[in-house]
Amino acid sequence: MSLLDLHDLTVLRGDCPVVDHVRLTVIAGECVGLIGPNGAGKTTLMRGALGLERFTGRSNLAAMSAADRARAVAFLPQSRQIAWPVDVETLVALGRLPWLPRGAKLGKADRAAVDRALHWLDLDGFRHRIATQLSGGEQGRALIARALAQEAPLLMADEPVAGLDPAHQIATMRVFADLAAAGHAVLVSLHDLGLAARHCTRLVLMHMGRIVADGPPRAVLTPENLAQVFRISAWSADTPQGPVFQPMEVL
Amino acid sequence: MQGSVRASSVIALLAALWVGAAAADTPRRVVSINLCTDQLAMLLAAPGQLVSISHLARDPRSSAMVVEAAAYPINRASAEEVFLLAPDLVLAGSFTAPATLALLDRLGVPVVQLPPAATLEDVGAHLRLIGTALGREAVAEELAAQFETELAALRVSPDHRPRAALYGANGYSSGVQSLPGQVLQAAGFDNVATELDMDGGGMIALEQLILADPDLVIGGSRYPGHSRAEDVPRHPALRELRAGGAGLSDADWVCGTPHVLQAVARLVAAREGLTP
Amino acid sequence: MIAPRALALSLSAMVAALFVASLLIGPAALPVGESLAALVAGGDGPLALIMREIRLPRAVLAVLIGAALGLSGAAMQGYLRNPLAEPGLIGVSASAALGAVIALQTGVASAHVLALPVAALLGAVVAVGLILGLAGPRGSSLTLILAGVAISALAGAFTSLVLNLSPNPFAASEIVFWMMGSLADRSVLHVAIAAPFILGGGAVLLALGRGLDALTLGEDAAAAMGVSLSQLRLMLVLGVAAVVGASTAVAGAVGFVGLVVPHLLRRAVGARPSRLLWASALGGAAMVLAADIAVRLVLPERDLKLGVVMAIVGAPLFLHLIYRTRGEFP
Repeated sequence: MSLLDLHDLTVLRGDCPVVDHVRLTVIAGECVGLIGPNGAGKTTLMRGALGLERFTGRSNLAAMSAADRARAVAFLPQSRQIAWPVDVETLVALGRLPWLPRGAKLGKADRAAVDRALHWLDLDGFRHRIATQLSGGEQGRALIARALAQEAPLLMADEPVAGLDPAHQIATMRVFADLAAAGHAVLVSLHDLGLAARHCTRLVLMHMGRIVADGPPRAVLTPENLAQVFRISAWSADTPQGPVFQPMEVL
Repeated sequence: MQGSVRASSVIALLAALWVGAAAADTPRRVVSINLCTDQLAMLLAAPGQLVSISHLARDPRSSAMVVEAAAYPINRASAEEVFLLAPDLVLAGSFTAPATLALLDRLGVPVVQLPPAATLEDVGAHLRLIGTALGREAVAEELAAQFETELAALRVSPDHRPRAALYGANGYSSGVQSLPGQVLQAAGFDNVATELDMDGGGMIALEQLILADPDLVIGGSRYPGHSRAEDVPRHPALRELRAGGAGLSDADWVCGTPHVLQAVARLVAAREGLTP
Repeated sequence: MIAPRALALSLSAMVAALFVASLLIGPAALPVGESLAALVAGGDGPLALIMREIRLPRAVLAVLIGAALGLSGAAMQGYLRNPLAEPGLIGVSASAALGAVIALQTGVASAHVLALPVAALLGAVVAVGLILGLAGPRGSSLTLILAGVAISALAGAFTSLVLNLSPNPFAASEIVFWMMGSLADRSVLHVAIAAPFILGGGAVLLALGRGLDALTLGEDAAAAMGVSLSQLRLMLVLGVAAVVGASTAVAGAVGFVGLVVPHLLRRAVGARPSRLLWASALGGAAMVLAADIAVRLVLPERDLKLGVVMAIVGAPLFLHLIYRTRGEFP
């Protein structure tokens, strides 16, 4: 069952297409890495798919009612905004809003979801800390936990691991992979190709608004694609600990 | 304080009269720049003697002689305007802008200042003062005597004196040492302001007024437009007390002229309309 | 953070105590027991008249207006995610006052009961619309304050002009009332005019809690969580305009309530915008009741304006907040 289904999705800035006739389907069980250089259209693709940008074409998410969409997809925007000095638990619990009837308080299931999300992101000890007083990386994890607490079938995360320390980058990608393995789907944009190669089941490579490659990591991260799109060379190998991918030189 | 002001004004008046008498026997071109001297001069002046009156005399909200005022050219009490009329006497109030008076003085225009009337007795006195200034002593004496006779006729001592409060914009009330207070007294009312230790004028809080529980609240007339100040005497809490209450407009009492008799007569009628 | 129930109880108790105190304070020194009895039992005596027609409307208006101003401050701050957004400071109250003054001086207000609050509401709508348009979805302090200064100055100048042109000799001296606000000598009529708008607008604003909570994470995250931002904005504009318009129409522009109250209560509600809404409504009611009591105790015979007391409390806090957020300025 496809949780994300985009057909000829096009987003224009003036006359210039920022996202150009994209077709993309993501089904349950997939952890899809969305990669591409700065300005390739990754963020705009996600926002267009959610109906946050004016677009032409079709998006199954944008076609839903706002309430249905909020239960079908959790979105983690790139900008990490925490406007008020709320504690981490309150922040993460905001992810439960789409499931709460108007005026209702958090129920047992909601609390369990919040606890799980906090645990996944290694935030158990941060529960009562004020979110705005945390470091940038810790705020990033709290916001990821918020998106996880939404427990929607599809998670769309825009550069969630940027600014996290190596341990938490790896742990977060593991959480995404585990979610996919448990029957959810994840679409995550990221710049760390090594993480993408190791933890994603599939990579989608964007360049100038178009999808130029789509498939298993090994099929996407070819020397030709890397040279053409990223202008880099890389070293890669299959090891007993899984695939290793290391960008080497600027071409 | 008030007494001293009046005494000094009378001295000023006498000094001006002396100057005036030295120059000519009777002034021929008189300009009035004060609402009260306007009305007294219109009552007393010989035909052609009064050249101009202030614009306030034509305002029905403050003047009791709007109809008569239409016959005279009006001025806005500026020194330049007055000087150009070439008056040989200017009638002003004791609260006329000092700058205007100083300028007229420098220009050599004789000025007579009249203090505001604070009692009903002042009405006759003021008639006689302005009459003297205009050289119309006989007319003044006649009008003053007529006023005093009519006032005496209205001023009866009823068996029962109802308690009334004068209550205007911003909760302003007047005690017995003021012309409206005297009008109230002459009409056979006791003034509630006296119970609240107020002799002159001042504010009475709405609550204090209600607590004093007067038989009648007498409000002022309303100006066009809107003001919160005028909402105070119309507060719903006063609804009962104002029912059938007579109004006193500014024109009735701002100046001490024989027209205050009409206000006395209206209040006498209001008192007789009250069920004891 | 204080448990919501405990906070609600203590704020309500404070409002109730101040409400009773407000009923017992006035220029006429009345015996406590008898005046409260007269309030409940009614009757024709002067005591019942004073309690029911003068002091009760005043206390009720203090509660309504305080709640309206506290609530609208919390709602605007939640929407703009800026603790400086306050109806009085950004010109909404001044514009509402202009609307009210025009309605009163043109005589429209006496033609129909609803004309006065509706005119004030329209004035407020224009100001809120301008502020949201100028400050953008996330109001930066700089644009917010600059826009507010301009709108306040313009509305204040026009209010003065209208009052100066009035044929009524007392009107011009009432500029200070419209700019500073007062509850002196308000009557049941004023309660009847303001209450429906404040209650209706208040209900609209209280319903925004969920959307404002979601906005903590930014517009994109909130929209993705099912919050309709355009609907939220429309309800905010109408709600704020209704409560501020009605308050200003009967009591003039009282500033700083919407700044001080949310600021004092933010920590107690754990900074959650939804909880801050009702807490600020209760806190605002308490604050205006207290200020109105202070006005009568400090200078009983001088009709001290409510806005003066609020500014003495609020302006230093405003300066402090500007100092703290100055990092935002370029």
